[in-house]
Amino acid sequence: MAATLRELRQRRNSVATTQKITRAMELVAASRIIKAQQAANRATPYARELTRAVSALVSFGGDVKHPLITEREQPRRSALLLLGPDRGLAGAYPSNVVKEGEALTEHLRAQGREVIPFVVGNRPRAFYKFRGRQIERFWSGFTEAPSYANAREIADELIPRFLNPDAEGGVDEIHVVYTRFHSMLTQRAEAFRLLPIEVVESDEPVEAEDILPLYEFEPDAQTVLDTLLPLYVASRIQFCLLQSAASELASRQRAMKSATDNAQQLIEQLGREANQARQAQITQEITEIVGGADALADA
Amino acid sequence: MASAPLKVEVVSADRLLWSGEADQVIARTTEGDIGILPDHTPLLAVLVPAGIEVFGVDGNREVIAVDGGFISVDHNQVRILSEFAQMAGEISLSDAENDREAAVKLLDAGAEDEATRRRFLRADAQVKAARKHGSEHAGF
Repeated sequence: MAATLRELRQRRNSVATTQKITRAMELVAASRIIKAQQAANRATPYARELTRAVSALVSFGGDVKHPLITEREQPRRSALLLLGPDRGLAGAYPSNVVKEGEALTEHLRAQGREVIPFVVGNRPRAFYKFRGRQIERFWSGFTEAPSYANAREIADELIPRFLNPDAEGGVDEIHVVYTRFHSMLTQRAEAFRLLPIEVVESDEPVEAEDILPLYEFEPDAQTVLDTLLPLYVASRIQFCLLQSAASELASRQRAMKSATDNAQQLIEQLGREANQARQAQITQEITEIVGGADALADA
Repeated sequence: MASAPLKVEVVSADRLLWSGEADQVIARTTEGDIGILPDHTPLLAVLVPAGIEVFGVDGNREVIAVDGGFISVDHNQVRILSEFAQMAGEISLSDAENDREAAVKLLDAGAEDEATRRRFLRADAQVKAARKHGSEHAGF
């Protein structure tokens, strides 16, 4: 009886310790999300202006051609850029990204393309490694707080491969799988094609001041486009990195919150069981004493 | 006719660096220095690493280091985009010079990768911008 009581108390203490850790992780994630969201907001003007300039060029730059916006006739090799987390403890977040990546891989293979994976984050890498699959290039260490330099590094790796499809390691198209941060409660893994860029000429009715003016290009439209497009690609990658970071932190906060709540429940339950055991022990002792006293009186 | 001042936004990849109204902006494009006054014709130009000067309506002169990027002008809106733009006032000239020297050494040693080249451009722009910024205080 005394042994059960001790065990129950031990277990309760150990759960309480775990709860402290999960609560700390929850709070840390919560404070970092705010930073991640701020970083995402700060990056918006740059992305917006780039998009604006690119569409101005494509709409008014005359007959500009650029490999980054040209569809290949027979795509054979596709690069898959998978943005996942470095650490787990974030609920279903890591596996959702990987699942989305697998679905896309299947889809591309079904079209007869070779898929070359580029991976960001330790978790998805572990997934590939465990299955003995090759990863072409791997980055890690910044998934929670990516900087623009990280995006630039990835873009520098991918763009040359795209521009030289016939060279070794070259690719005909680049897809990205990332997790979009819709709100604190919803984050969804999404895939889209990064390159060649799909230029959509907007059909939306535009406000008078939004009409794009007839630009003069210096030195000329083609050169401006050559400069712009790589920046645009890097900015898209940065956008995905920032979204993934915010999603990772939000998932982690949620996962840690439910872990903390579960721990609280366990603590309460174990506490009740321990109280019961203690009470049973006391009752038994009393019974024994009373029984002993009775026996003595009878004697 | 006194025209409205230019609305200037200087944007780097991770933040809005500076915004405000200005009477004149001087930037260095691939074709050479270009001065932009209000009512400039719409323009989209590629920048080279250098210090950009913005003359604010309040009489202040801001110098901003850009490592390339581009400038767009339309309807008196001037937007300067550069991946690693920085206010010249925040740059330490000696740090930038040291960084540039290190990059030059790497380049001389035969490093041809994109990262080193970019580092040089960035440091070079910072040195130029910091000097420009400093010249104001020296009384030029």
